[in-house]
Amino acid sequence: MLVRLLRLCAGLSAMIVLVIVAFLVRESLPAWRSVGLARFVTDASWHPAPDASEGTFNLLPMIVGTLLTTAGAVLLAGPLGIASALFCRYYAPPMLARPYRMMIELLAGIPSVVYGFWGLVVLVPIIAGIAQPGASLLAGILILSLMILPTIALVADAAIGSVPQESLQAAAALGLSRWGTMAGVVLPAARSGLLTAVILATMRALGETMAVLMVCGNVVQLPGSLFAPVRTLTANIALEMAYAMGDHRSALFVSGLLLMGLVALLVAAAEIASRTRPSLRQA
Amino acid sequence: MPVIWNGLSVAFAVLVLCCGIACTPGASSSQAENTNGSHLSGRLTLTGSSTIAPLMAEIGRAFEAQHPDVRIDVQTGGSSRGVADCRSGLADIGMVSRALKEDEQDLQPFPVAKDGICIIVHQDNPVRELTDEQIVAIYTGSIDNWKDVGGSDGEITVVNKAQGRSTLELFLHYFHLNNTDVAADVVIGDNEQGIKTVAGNPQAIGYVSIGTAEFDAGQGVPIALLPIGGIPAGTAAVAEGRFPLSRPLNLVTREEPTGLAATFIEFARSSDVHDLIRKQSFVPLAE
Repeated sequence: MLVRLLRLCAGLSAMIVLVIVAFLVRESLPAWRSVGLARFVTDASWHPAPDASEGTFNLLPMIVGTLLTTAGAVLLAGPLGIASALFCRYYAPPMLARPYRMMIELLAGIPSVVYGFWGLVVLVPIIAGIAQPGASLLAGILILSLMILPTIALVADAAIGSVPQESLQAAAALGLSRWGTMAGVVLPAARSGLLTAVILATMRALGETMAVLMVCGNVVQLPGSLFAPVRTLTANIALEMAYAMGDHRSALFVSGLLLMGLVALLVAAAEIASRTRPSLRQA
Repeated sequence: MPVIWNGLSVAFAVLVLCCGIACTPGASSSQAENTNGSHLSGRLTLTGSSTIAPLMAEIGRAFEAQHPDVRIDVQTGGSSRGVADCRSGLADIGMVSRALKEDEQDLQPFPVAKDGICIIVHQDNPVRELTDEQIVAIYTGSIDNWKDVGGSDGEITVVNKAQGRSTLELFLHYFHLNNTDVAADVVIGDNEQGIKTVAGNPQAIGYVSIGTAEFDAGQGVPIALLPIGGIPAGTAAVAEGRFPLSRPLNLVTREEPTGLAATFIEFARSSDVHDLIRKQSFVPLAE
């Protein structure tokens, strides 16, 4: 009975994913047909229209926007998150480590729209003081880093915590310094867990919509600098879906499918990363 | 493949069920109000402007609560579809978010509300008046510094709306612009985001629905509403039809409406729905 119930639940969740993909494919078909693959990267701009022949459909600036904000955030939050986990496990006295970990957990629970709102009323005006218009690639990267930092910190913390005690004792017996233990034993042993942390965070950054929409400026362009506004694929869908019709609507589903593909790639990467268990190198 | 379609239909069934559950309390609670009035039943189809559709969906819900046997079906597709469907009889009522054109005089317009937008700048910006030409120049990028329009030295941050928004349409239409001509620095979605963007940036200029701007300025948000053509921006001026950057939101019918359609139009024009109209940041008609 229980087994059946579990099977049903598992089947249902698997099917929901398939149904969503099928739906995305079906809804994006009109755009594949009437706009065609090439125009999504060769058109002059993104000024979509319900009729494919009247609009322009270049998705490239938004793909670049998504990749830049995500990459920037992961580059910033990755080292910080892993450093935070190391600090929590090996440097902080227990009196500090516990409340610190709770703070990070709290950070993970804040809804994205709150981050976005904070970004819009605090961060963007600060950046605008340096260079107009304030709403920019930089603002997006900073907000996203803040949002994915707790994901990385918490998963990395768990990964570091599961390094076998014997390895640590062996390192201590060899007389390794604290830093030597971390660089030579802890980090290599926890490598797959750390990679999983980064990949999970990347997926969150890719899919984030509200916060990015509020701080990025949403101008469809290849950004010339960190202070230039960008639009991400997710923000584009959120901004235009309610009003889109015909081929325009269908083109938005194409960008949805694209995001889904990116996430699928990352899931595959995470799967490979968690499967390979590198043996401890000799420290 | 059939598995997927089965899944789809299951998901759809669940959705329909949820909607059904969500709708029931509203319908049952109002049964009492209806006992003394004449009993209305049937289905009313409205199609047209995506600006008016959300408002009509709200008004339709309120109407259904009073008349449990009535279904109001609201579909979007633009003002021109509203006109076409109304003529062909596909829709009982069309929704048109502009004044009727000369060749549309065969239809009967019933204005339900007004939509007005105003230009906003930060309160600390000394500029309090811009001519239409200056606004066009700023939005097309040929003026890029506040000192060129009487302000202090500083780059102008142009805030534009995302494609498809009715405020964008009205703005472009009034200033005879194409969206491709606009050199935007920030693109925003809804009115609140526009107001926060301008309130947080003393060098920004934007445009939003007049109702929202007036409300927020009254709440102490640091924005200033600029006049258009010398007429101060405000919902009162819009309601009286004096404000140039505004348009009527019309329901249209092919013939003089009767029965259910007439009752619904009367309801949509009554003061009962003024709250709903204000909630969508439109301006109710003057009493």
